[in-house]
Amino acid sequence: MTGTGRAGVGWWLLILPAFALLLAFYIAPIVQVLAISVTDPEPGLGNYERIFTSGAVQRVILTTLRICAITTVLALLLGYAIAYAITLASPRARGWWVLAVLVPLWISVLVRAFAWVTLLRRQGLVNNTLMNAGMISEPLPLVWNEFGIIVGMVHYMVPFAVLPMLASMREIDPRLLAAARGLGATRFEVFRRVFLPLSMPGIIAAGVLVFIFSLGFYITPAILGGGKTLMVAEWISLQILDLIRWGLGTMMATMLVVAILVTLAVFSRVVDLRRIFGAGG
Amino acid sequence: MDGTYRPGTVGRGLAWATAAYLVLPILIILPVALTDQRYLSLPEDGISFQHFRTVLTSPEWLGSIWQSFTIAVAATVLSVTAGTLCAIGCWRISRRATELIRVLMLLPLIIPSIVYAIGLYRYFGPLGLLDRFLGVVIAHGVTGIPYVVITVSTALATFDPRLEQAARGMGASLSQTLRWVILPRIAPGIFSGAIFAFIHSWDELVMVLFIASRDVFTLPRRIWDGINENLDPAMAAVAVLLILFTLLLLMADRALRRRSEG
Repeated sequence: MTGTGRAGVGWWLLILPAFALLLAFYIAPIVQVLAISVTDPEPGLGNYERIFTSGAVQRVILTTLRICAITTVLALLLGYAIAYAITLASPRARGWWVLAVLVPLWISVLVRAFAWVTLLRRQGLVNNTLMNAGMISEPLPLVWNEFGIIVGMVHYMVPFAVLPMLASMREIDPRLLAAARGLGATRFEVFRRVFLPLSMPGIIAAGVLVFIFSLGFYITPAILGGGKTLMVAEWISLQILDLIRWGLGTMMATMLVVAILVTLAVFSRVVDLRRIFGAGG
Repeated sequence: MDGTYRPGTVGRGLAWATAAYLVLPILIILPVALTDQRYLSLPEDGISFQHFRTVLTSPEWLGSIWQSFTIAVAATVLSVTAGTLCAIGCWRISRRATELIRVLMLLPLIIPSIVYAIGLYRYFGPLGLLDRFLGVVIAHGVTGIPYVVITVSTALATFDPRLEQAARGMGASLSQTLRWVILPRIAPGIFSGAIFAFIHSWDELVMVLFIASRDVFTLPRRIWDGINENLDPAMAAVAVLLILFTLLLLMADRALRRRSEG
């Protein structure tokens, strides 16, 4: 399908605007700013040394990894239940299930964080309802802590977990399940020995996707963490906007990008990224 | 599926609970926006539209809505133009030769926007693009390109390349082939990409926090300030309006897809 001669050049020219825009206004700013991590305040790897010497830096990294791991596990569990229900639903019910996944996906992340604040804060709907019902005497600390962050993040990530798992579950031949049942397997055995292993590629793809999206997540943790529980994205913003410590901020940004690219590279055999995003779009 | 195998009670229960967890918190905003109280709460003595009135008569909110809208339209034009041409080029040239470009296109979807935002903060300073309409349009437009490339590539996957070869064989120039043969066939994919690129810009906050401050004050930026400073029912009204707008866009997308399929 290679174009030849003048026509070939024409096709390449079509790619040029997007390529030039990405190079000049996407790649260049990122490379330039990441380079600051080895030049500011002085040339060298001093900023990276802080990973091993600074307790604050380590705390942020550990908090982020812990929250991301919990978020990924919960999003996979809940997303799996939904994807499983969609796969086995009747065509009419399937439309409604898919809607329940896609509508939250496209609603502004700010609106969703706002909804959680409304529900979970001290005088929020959940605490008020529980107090009026006499079930608690003191408001529960539901938000502006790690719990609030995880509730909001899992809510954001479940749709991203569902889509790759759904894509892989749709390839499972339903006759296999019926056959296993017919051969005397219990419902649980069919799930554990037939359905679950066959859906494993989808679970891994979903896990990678949710984990890398969680690592650099800014808005929801910033709103629901209330400035007390810091994850890397908010920490980077704090270093740069408030403390003007460019070297430290860009060091963490570099680590973030490296962590994401390494995760993708490790799983690139199992995960076809383009297919995931194709399914998501 | 043929109905011989259905999920068990545990699976179904968990799926319903998850669906409720996904949808109910979003729905709860509607009664809160209709509250008759002056603080965030459910309506007590009756519903009231006062908070919608507050938002729709406030010059600040209307100004931000208008600014976000014009930025999103301009950014969408940029993303759709560059993205569509790029997808067509990649489709026609061999896969291997365009591998680098395809990988490049995925980067904005993978790299966290905080990293890009601090990059722009530094990069736009000397260019005089900080706190400028053009600066935000470029940032949103460039990061919107991948959405268009994906939807248009999906549309092109079902397009028979022999049609294009036939047109060229009969003497059509490249631009004629594009205009009369390729573009009409992939129009639904382009519209879909445009809707996603628009939502991407319309909702974007992280970049705006860094590259805009006073003159450019988009809707997400105003909501962000509202959440952090004063939580009042007007915020819920804004949220409801935003949800309705998003649903409208998604319905437009669905209708377009259904028409192109049927």
